[in-house]
Amino acid sequence: MAALRYLYFPGCKLTPFLPDYDRDTRAVLAALDVTLEESELNCCGYPMRHNDFTAAMYCGVRVLALAGHKGLPLLTPCKCCYGNLKQADYWMRRSSDLRRRMNTLLEKEGLFWREDLVVRHLLTALDQDIGPARLGARVRRPLDRLKVAAHYGCHALRPGDVTQFDNPLAPTIFERVLAATGARCVEWPLRLECCGQPLWEKNDRLALALTRRKLVDAREAGARVLATACTYCQLQFDQARGPGDPAAVSVSKILAAAFEIEEAEVSGFEF
Amino acid sequence: MRLTYFAYLAASICLAGVLYRLGRWFVLPLGPESLETTPLRRGINAGRAVFAAVIHPRRLALMLRALLLEVAGQRQILRQSPLRWVMHMALSFGILLLLLVHTFDDYTVARLFSDYAATLNPYMLLRNLLGLLALAGVIVALARRWRDPVIRGTTRRADRLLLWLLAAIVVSGAVLEAAQIVSPNFFDQMVVDYMGSDDPEEIAPLKAYWAKYFDVAFTPPPAADAAALEEGAQLHADYCASCHARPTSAVMAYPLARAFKPLAATMARIDLETWLWYAHYLISCLALALLPFTKLFHLLTTPLSLMVRAQGPAAADAAVNRPARRAMGLDACTHCGECSRHCSVAPIFQVIPNREILPSEKLSGVARLAAGRTSPRTAMALAEGSFICTACGRCTLWCPSGIDLQDLWAASKKDLRRSGYPDPHGWIRRHSASQWAEILAGHAAPAAAKPAVCLTDNPNTFWACVQCSTCTNVCPVVAVSADPQRDLEMTPQQVMNLMRLQLKEAAMGARMVWDCVTCYKCQEHCPQGVRVADVLYELRNEACRRLSFAQERRASNPNRTTIIPPASSEGKPGA
Repeated sequence: MAALRYLYFPGCKLTPFLPDYDRDTRAVLAALDVTLEESELNCCGYPMRHNDFTAAMYCGVRVLALAGHKGLPLLTPCKCCYGNLKQADYWMRRSSDLRRRMNTLLEKEGLFWREDLVVRHLLTALDQDIGPARLGARVRRPLDRLKVAAHYGCHALRPGDVTQFDNPLAPTIFERVLAATGARCVEWPLRLECCGQPLWEKNDRLALALTRRKLVDAREAGARVLATACTYCQLQFDQARGPGDPAAVSVSKILAAAFEIEEAEVSGFEF
Repeated sequence: MRLTYFAYLAASICLAGVLYRLGRWFVLPLGPESLETTPLRRGINAGRAVFAAVIHPRRLALMLRALLLEVAGQRQILRQSPLRWVMHMALSFGILLLLLVHTFDDYTVARLFSDYAATLNPYMLLRNLLGLLALAGVIVALARRWRDPVIRGTTRRADRLLLWLLAAIVVSGAVLEAAQIVSPNFFDQMVVDYMGSDDPEEIAPLKAYWAKYFDVAFTPPPAADAAALEEGAQLHADYCASCHARPTSAVMAYPLARAFKPLAATMARIDLETWLWYAHYLISCLALALLPFTKLFHLLTTPLSLMVRAQGPAAADAAVNRPARRAMGLDACTHCGECSRHCSVAPIFQVIPNREILPSEKLSGVARLAAGRTSPRTAMALAEGSFICTACGRCTLWCPSGIDLQDLWAASKKDLRRSGYPDPHGWIRRHSASQWAEILAGHAAPAAAKPAVCLTDNPNTFWACVQCSTCTNVCPVVAVSADPQRDLEMTPQQVMNLMRLQLKEAAMGARMVWDCVTCYKCQEHCPQGVRVADVLYELRNEACRRLSFAQERRASNPNRTTIIPPASSEGKPGA
């Protein structure tokens, strides 16, 4: 199998606020012989979507164009980044007006949008490019005692026609990846609901109500760990976690534990 | 010497300015921590922190390391660009060493070396080389400000003026030295002072010698036969050689002197060298007086900032020290623009031409806000730029002055909220949907500002909506509310109904629109394929546009003060 190479897109919040998730993701992908190229990329545009569609799209399109310039598929561990990059790609295909405006801006920097650019979220890369079989083969310590609730989040999953992540109404990708480690995924009614983060610092009371609701639901379903694959979701669960709630753990940390990667900081959770 | 008074005046202005600027570090309200303390406590704690850092061996070592690597070696600039490093090293060391061996030579080299004379080597050569070095630095700096598109965009007149000021000091010095070299008046004066003779016969051989070897431009040129030169050489050895080396080692001034030679008579007639002396002296005094009030102040503040930064980020510091650290950061900024070159959200500036999006520009806005020098319009622009920041931290990582910008932006966002300039979500919270419908009705932005994709103006977006209320039933925000009408004013389905009726304004300020968590469930589940979540996004976008457009209008017409009513605590349910 040809060695996989991606242009790594950590997104704005990852390095300053969740250095763990960043480090674990790199370690896990390195263990799977994936090469991550790096380059200084701008914001994906997701936070800007509230304020200005065109600006949000330009941010996303510029990242796509920079990746196109390198000729590499993009990989991001953040679902909101993934979502907005896919939104940018989608609207560039659909709207000639947007294409015209974006191309004018890109031309100033000698950049252009490429239609064939592949955008991967960490999960789609793990599931589609690497495959659960290869994940399973790399497992050194099966996590068969771990009961985990897979949290899907919103912006990678929906709108399904834009993000092409998985079946938006009945996704299975996260469970497939987790199952490769031997972990048992619990059924929980709110698995496809929002973590509440998009309203953080905008309406904290409401944001926390949504987060708490999910944590309680995961706990009642018997999960000890709530698995995330998004910077924003992880941040939100971390700040809303109460006593007795399942700990939010990134998919990278779970894989790192199963792969027995030494550099990864996996203490603190009994897998 | 009357010029000395100017030097004392400049030095007094400089000193007073420095004290004023330092005092502001303990007064400026930067961040919420500043509300819980007093200037006195801030001052005392800063003194304590400095003392603690100096007596603690490890922390002292960290500071000295920063002094060596970051301040003297300018490692951070080297990491950014070798050319910029060469530029800044040339500029800073050129100017600093000139100050040392030339400006204040009486207190430095003259004390160290008893036989010191400015016109002897190595001092003459060194002064000229340092001048060239500084000038080269200025030229590269100007070129950088002109060539890099991001830096050119952020360069202000003050940035260029300061570079021109430094260039003027160096060039006026070189021209002055060149004029002195060729000046016969200067020669005559020196002969009177040091040879003690005004006898033309006696001076003639020296004149011949100095015309030939020291390029003094006498009119008419003295006869230069071998005997005269030999006698001149003897006189030179007796009276001049202990203070004068040949001007050929004045590598910067000498070529100028050669060029001036044909004009020497005119220059002597108008006494140009005296005027040049005034110019050089006064421009230098001007630079000294301006130091605390321009970014030249970074000469003092940036080394401090780098040494404080070496102690750790502001967040790890005691709360009482953070406001002063931020104020020091404001003063340590050299407006080099590196932060804006690496800013994650800088591309947004291409779409929304608000300079406050760029960190290098936002910093001055934050300084103005802290000093209470903002108008509602500038504060609004600052808020727009500030809340676009995603706190990625790259500006802090790249800042060569060691400013903890990450901490500064976090604090200024809080200050903006507190001063009544929140993000759009905060604005909307102030009034009800119907109030906003009235406020925003007249402020549809001009057609040019329309987004590239506009769903809400297109009836096809909604024609399929049958008001089945699926969107409302799957909405998690509706689900956590005990009373959606009270908390959200309307449900997603009701918003869609208003849109079907093309009553955009009525929905724009609704709580539902602004409490949308953007989970896209409504859109995914809509049996009719209506892009419900995209429409909610677009309504927020439209309100944002109208808010800033309304503010622009208010600014251009000060009589219309009712466009955005003042904040009121009432009127918003569920807020």
